Amino acid sequence: MSEPLLDVANLRVRFPSPGGPVEVVRGVSFTLGRERLGIVGESGSGKSLTGRSILRLIRPPGIVTADRLRFSDIDLLRAGEWQMRRIRGARISMVMQDPKFSLNPVMTVGEQIGEALAVHKRLPRGQMRRRVLDMLEAVQIRDPERVFGLYPHEVSGGMGQRVMIAMMLIPEPAILIADEPTSALDVSVQGEVLKLMNDLITRKGMGLIFISHDLHLVSQFCDRILVMYRGRIVEECAAGELDRASHPYTRGLIAAVPRIDETREELPVLDRGAWEEAGA
Amino acid sequence: MTSAISLRGVSVSYGETPVVEDLSLEIAEGECFGLVGESGSGKSTLLRAITGLAPDWTGGISLFGQARGKSIDRRFSALCQMVFQDPYGSLHPRQTVDAALSEPLTIHGIAGADTKVPAMMAACGLDPRFRFRLPHQLSGGQRQRVAIARALMLSPRILLLDEPTSALDVSVQAEILNLLKRLRREQKLTYILVTHDLPVVSFLCDRLAVMRQGRVVEVADVAALRANTMTHPYSREMVARSERRV
Ligand SMILES: Nc1ncnc2c1ncn2[C@@H]1O[C@H](COP(=O)(O)OP(=O)(O)OP(=O)(O)O)[C@@H](O)[C@H]1O
Ligand SMILES: Nc1ncnc2c1ncn2[C@@H]1O[C@H](COP(=O)(O)OP(=O)(O)OP(=O)(O)O)[C@@H](O)[C@H]1O
Ligand SMILES: [Mg+2]
Ligand SMILES: [Mg+2]
Repeated sequence: MSEPLLDVANLRVRFPSPGGPVEVVRGVSFTLGRERLGIVGESGSGKSLTGRSILRLIRPPGIVTADRLRFSDIDLLRAGEWQMRRIRGARISMVMQDPKFSLNPVMTVGEQIGEALAVHKRLPRGQMRRRVLDMLEAVQIRDPERVFGLYPHEVSGGMGQRVMIAMMLIPEPAILIADEPTSALDVSVQGEVLKLMNDLITRKGMGLIFISHDLHLVSQFCDRILVMYRGRIVEECAAGELDRASHPYTRGLIAAVPRIDETREELPVLDRGAWEEAGA
Repeated sequence: MTSAISLRGVSVSYGETPVVEDLSLEIAEGECFGLVGESGSGKSTLLRAITGLAPDWTGGISLFGQARGKSIDRRFSALCQMVFQDPYGSLHPRQTVDAALSEPLTIHGIAGADTKVPAMMAACGLDPRFRFRLPHQLSGGQRQRVAIARALMLSPRILLLDEPTSALDVSVQAEILNLLKRLRREQKLTYILVTHDLPVVSFLCDRLAVMRQGRVVEVADVAALRANTMTHPYSREMVARSERRV
């Protein structure tokens, strides 16, 4: 890996609370090259906030600090709001965890994808529409003509995810942060959507941060995995070696995954107290 | 014996677009029924029709033998609750967790919110610190647990669960799945569970239906899922793709 696309060092996010400030991201460091970096981990461990921090989308009273937050040669910590606006959606884009509520509720999905494309390339109206319809088809939307004219509340959960993915991929960003992008997709559609992301990685050298709860998916689709727990990265491993992970939290996660031929009456849950007190 | 949920020739459309077509199912009391299938095939729409939230449907829907009319009916809301696919959408942005969980009790004139709210939060694995937070101050998985807790507040007999654990990490998912299994055993709850995760169906459900383009293409015992003996080509494709991932 040559120059990293993204370099994050000692990232911290704090929120005030009645009992004093609470740190929810606690010194996260990693680099991203032209690769697929998976992030898994406990619900509430700071995965989404890490993603949002990179795009400087944490609103006050949240406070973000870092020793380094660089995107190629741009210092994201010092970039002005106007510069951030040109980066967001064009060079770094993020598929949000709640896509339907991150889309503009009063604009049809076709218009929104068109607007995202316009950031990248000005095209005559007819061609623009064609490109958007092609993109909807690429994310496996049946009947793109109908869906083009629907509002976000009129599409299904999985269609909303795919609309958001289409919108974020169409400007061909240098980095895509995908926060649970395929959790509402059936396995066939999921496979096609991942292919589309992969294509941009191999063809355009895009870097991907893939946040997911699906351990099998991450271990098969990504190159490298970070495991987060309570605001920290507790383990890093090559994706294919997740089953050999050593941190007790990661081991606990793996044990809790149900199987298709599941017969256990109860799934094992983590006894967090036990190993936390042991200083793990 | 009357079914807990009985659907006879149910069709739902949005304007000109048919979304669910001529669907019939009988689900027994205490059964957990999995609903899987293609994204956009009408699963959420069907659940909304059962709860009385779909605008335009035809056919027959009854719960414990009582036919549901076209409008929202309070009798049914205490009987049957739904956990929505997008927790953000079902929680009011200005309502704290405490308010979201007490509200159903207030509406139905039930006392004891002071003890019932913290107890339910604990059962759903929510830290007591979250009680006075707003939805945007919670992570995706925490919001989802609030939505599940809210649906359980009225002790319904039927719970319609739309992707209840897809936003949760697998350890929290395990806690919620165990909780759902326990509630069902102890209170004889009836579930319809929509999910894309076949292993979750295998863990919790007795039977499942596979949907595609508004229709059920196969209904099977969960044993057929486990043994990979489902018959419709689309079901077989889904199982094959899920198996390859393990
Ligand atoms: N505005 C806020 N004020 C206070 N705390 C917050 C705020 N936003 C998030 N948090 C807290 O920060 C922690 C990290 O949240 P984050 O959304 O990054 O979690 P996550 O790892 O993405 O979890 P999930 O997998 O459930 O989506 C959570 O415990 C959450 O409650
Ligand atoms: N309010 C609406 N107006 C118009 N069409 C709608 C509306 N709500 C849903 N639809 C359409 O109904 C179809 C089925 O949607 P539904 O949400 O039931 O699918 P689903 O099976 O739950 O999919 P997913 O797995 O992606 O959540 C979709 O084509 C969607 O566009
Ligand atoms: Mg998140
Ligand atoms: Mg749905």
